Amino acid sequence: MTTAEAMMSNHNKFIVSHAPFWHDGSSITERSYHIMIAALPAVLFGIVQYGLPAIAVVAFSVSCAIFWELAMNFVTKRSLTIGDGNAALIGLLFAMLVPATLPWWAVLTGTFVAVIIGKQIFGGIGSNAFNPVVLAIAILMVSWKDLFDFDEALLNYDLEFTMLYPIAALKHFGPESIESFTAGDLLLGKQIGGIGATFGLGIILGGIYLIIRGFIRWEICLTFLLGVFAAAFIFNIYDGSRFAGPVFHILTGYTLIGAFFLATEDSSSPVNLIPMLVYGAGAGVLTVLIRNIGAHVDGVIYAILVMNLVNPLLDKIRPKAIGKVG
Amino acid sequence: MIKRSFFGLPKPRLEYKALPDKLPEPEEISCSGNVTLLLSTFPEQTDRTLSVKEGDKIKTGQKLFFTNDDAYIISSITGTVSSISSFTGDFGASYTAVSINISDYEEVDEQFELYTKTPSLDTARDFLACVPGNLPINLLINPEKPIKTIVISGCDNDLMVYTNQYIIKSDIDSIKSGIGILKNITGADDIIIVLPLGFKHEFGDIGARVSTVDTAYPAASPHLIMQNILGRIVPAEKSFEDLGVCFMTAEAAASVGRAFTSGKIPVKKTITVINKDETVKLAVAEIGTPVRDILSTLGITLNEKDRVILGGPMTGTAVYSDEHPIMPDTSAIMIQDSGNIPHVSDYPCINCGDCIRICPARIPISMLVRLLEAGQYEEAADQYDLYSCIECGLCSLVCVSKIPIFQYIKLAKYELGRMSIAEAPDDYSGGDDE
Ligand code: SF4
Ligand code: SF4
Repeated sequence: MTTAEAMMSNHNKFIVSHAPFWHDGSSITERSYHIMIAALPAVLFGIVQYGLPAIAVVAFSVSCAIFWELAMNFVTKRSLTIGDGNAALIGLLFAMLVPATLPWWAVLTGTFVAVIIGKQIFGGIGSNAFNPVVLAIAILMVSWKDLFDFDEALLNYDLEFTMLYPIAALKHFGPESIESFTAGDLLLGKQIGGIGATFGLGIILGGIYLIIRGFIRWEICLTFLLGVFAAAFIFNIYDGSRFAGPVFHILTGYTLIGAFFLATEDSSSPVNLIPMLVYGAGAGVLTVLIRNIGAHVDGVIYAILVMNLVNPLLDKIRPKAIGKVG
Repeated sequence: MIKRSFFGLPKPRLEYKALPDKLPEPEEISCSGNVTLLLSTFPEQTDRTLSVKEGDKIKTGQKLFFTNDDAYIISSITGTVSSISSFTGDFGASYTAVSINISDYEEVDEQFELYTKTPSLDTARDFLACVPGNLPINLLINPEKPIKTIVISGCDNDLMVYTNQYIIKSDIDSIKSGIGILKNITGADDIIIVLPLGFKHEFGDIGARVSTVDTAYPAASPHLIMQNILGRIVPAEKSFEDLGVCFMTAEAAASVGRAFTSGKIPVKKTITVINKDETVKLAVAEIGTPVRDILSTLGITLNEKDRVILGGPMTGTAVYSDEHPIMPDTSAIMIQDSGNIPHVSDYPCINCGDCIRICPARIPISMLVRLLEAGQYEEAADQYDLYSCIECGLCSLVCVSKIPIFQYIKLAKYELGRMSIAEAPDDYSGGDDE
C-alpha cells in the first residue's frame, strides 16, 4: 500500500465529516420540552380550576396529537418523529385553548387537523405555513361555533368569580358588563376561558422564561402585545362607552397565550428583525380590530392566521448580506 | 465543545483566547521514517513527468515539479523517493503524493542560496511558494491585480489555534525582515499586522501598522478584518486581490524573512495540536511529517472512530488516516474523541432563526438551506446570498436541526465553481497564473 492509499483508505475507521466539528447541543426536542415546561404553570392552574375534565382533555389531546404524528410516520414510511416533542407540544397547546368540557370527538378532530393538516400535509415540521394549533382551532370555530362558547361550555361550573367569558361579555353587553373584572383578578386567572389561557401571570412568567432562554423570539411577543395595547387604547380614547381599555384586552381571551405561545411558532413566523416587528404588531392590531368591529368574539386566532399568511412576504424584507451591493 | 448557554437571548459569543505570556515551548517532532509531500495536480493532465522518480536521492530544499507546470513542492528533508502516487483530498482536490524515506545525514540544496543576495519577486515565486504558512505568491505576482496592501494576520482564524500568535511572540525579528523584503519586492506600501485584542507587544518600528481585532469569533476572518480594520467591504462577486489587498499569515511573513536571511528555504511548520480533552500544545515538524508521528511524540493515542482534523474546530477538514502529512497551510491538528463527536440529523430547517442571529454575513440561512438541500445552487447564489458567506461555520454550530449547513454551502460553492469552469474551458489551463 502506498502512502497515498493509506491516506485515503479507511483502515483506521476514523470518523470523517465536515466542519464545524462542534455543535452547541441545542435540539428540537429541547426546544419542545422547554416550551411545554413554560406552559405548565398555566396548564396546572387550569387543571386546579376545572378538575378532572381538564386533566382528561389535556391528556387526551396530547395523546391524540402523538398518535396522529405516529400514524403519519407509518403512512409516509418516514423515521419516527414523535421523540422531538413537537406533536406533544401541539397537543398541549391545543388543550390550553379549549374549554375543559370539550367533547372527546372534538379533541380527536382538532388534533387531527393540527397534526395532519396543519403540519404533516405541508411537509412536516418546519414546512407548515400556519401555526398548526391555530389552524385547528380556527377550523373548529368555524365548523362548531358553539364549542367555543365558553359561557355555555362551562355552565356547570361555579367558581368564586364572575362566571362570564370576559371578552364575550364585552362583545354582547358592552364595557359596563365587564366593570367587575379588575386587572389583578384577570392576571390571577379569575375569569373563565380555555384550560391554559386564563392564568395571565403564569403565561407571562412562562413566556419570559422562554424569551430568556432564547426559545422564542421576543420581538414577536413584545410587538404583539404593543399592537394590542395601542389599538385598544385608540379605540378606547375614541369611544370609551363602546370599547374596553387596553389592559382588559391584553389580559383576556387568547391575547397572552397568543403572544407568547402561538404567534411565536417557529415555522409560521418571520426571523428577520423588521418582519418580526411588523408581524407581531400586525397580529396585535388585527386582534383588536376583529374584537372591536369584527364579527368574532376573539380575534387572536384569525389575526395570527392572517399574519401567518403574509409571513413569507414579510420575511423578504431583510438586511443586506455582507458584500451585497445594490 | 461550546454549549448553548442557559441564557439564549443574547447572541452566543465564541472567544479567541490569547496565548499566555510565558510562552509554551513547542515540541520538536522527529520524523520517524518518511515524509509525504503533496503536489497539487490536475487529474485531466496526463502528458506530464515528475522531475524525480522512485529511488532518486533528494536534498533538503530541492524542488520537485512536473515538467510542464509551474507548480512545485520543496522537499523538507534529505532522503530517497520511496513512492509516487495520486491522492484525492476534500472536494475532489487531486494531488500527487511523493513519499521520501529520510536518510541519516542532511544535505541542503544550494540553488536558492545563490539568489538570496538581492531578494526578488521571481526568487520568491520560484522557491517560496510552499513555505510554512503558505505564502500566497500567486496573488503577489499577478500583474493584472497589483497588491497595494498586505495584511499579515497574527491571529489564527479558527478557535483554539495559536500558531500565528506564537510566531509573532517568538520570532518577530523574522517577521520584521519579512516585512521589509515583502515591501521591497512587491511594491506594496501599506503593510498591516493584525493582532488579537489585548495582545501585549513591544515591537517598536517594524515597518508595518499594527491593528487589533475583537476577540469574538470570527473577527479574525479576512472578510471581517477587511470590513473592520480597512473599512472596506468586498463585493460578494469580488476577491480581496481585486481590491488590491492580500492576506497572509504571520508564519508566511516570517518564512520569507527566514529564507532570505538564512539562505535556506524554511521547511519546519509550527502547528497547534488540540488534544481530545481540548488542551492545546504546540509542535514544530517538517512539512510532510505524518500526523501519526506528531501524535505519538506528544503521547496522544488514537482509537477507532476518533476524529482527526487538520485545522481547527470550526473550519478544519477531517482526514481518513493518521498517515496524512502536515502541509504548508496546516495550522492545527485537532483530535476529537469518538464520544464527543456531535451527530448530524436528517431534520429539515424548523425556521428557528438561531443561525440568522449569529451569521456575521447576514445571510438568510433558513431560506438558503432549503434551496441547498434541493440542490438549487444557482438560485441560492442569486436570491439568497450564497457568495456572501465568509465560511465561519457558526450556522452549523447552532443549528437546532443539526443540519450540516456549512458543508452544504461549501459544496454549493464548489459545484458552482465547477460549473463555471465547465462553461469556460479555455480558462482551464492548469491552475497557476501565467
Ligand atoms: S458559515 Fe454560516 S454563519 Fe458563517 S458566514 Fe457562512 S452562512 Fe453565515
Ligand atoms: S438554525 Fe437550523 S433550524 Fe434554525 S433556522 Fe437555521 S437552519 Fe433552520
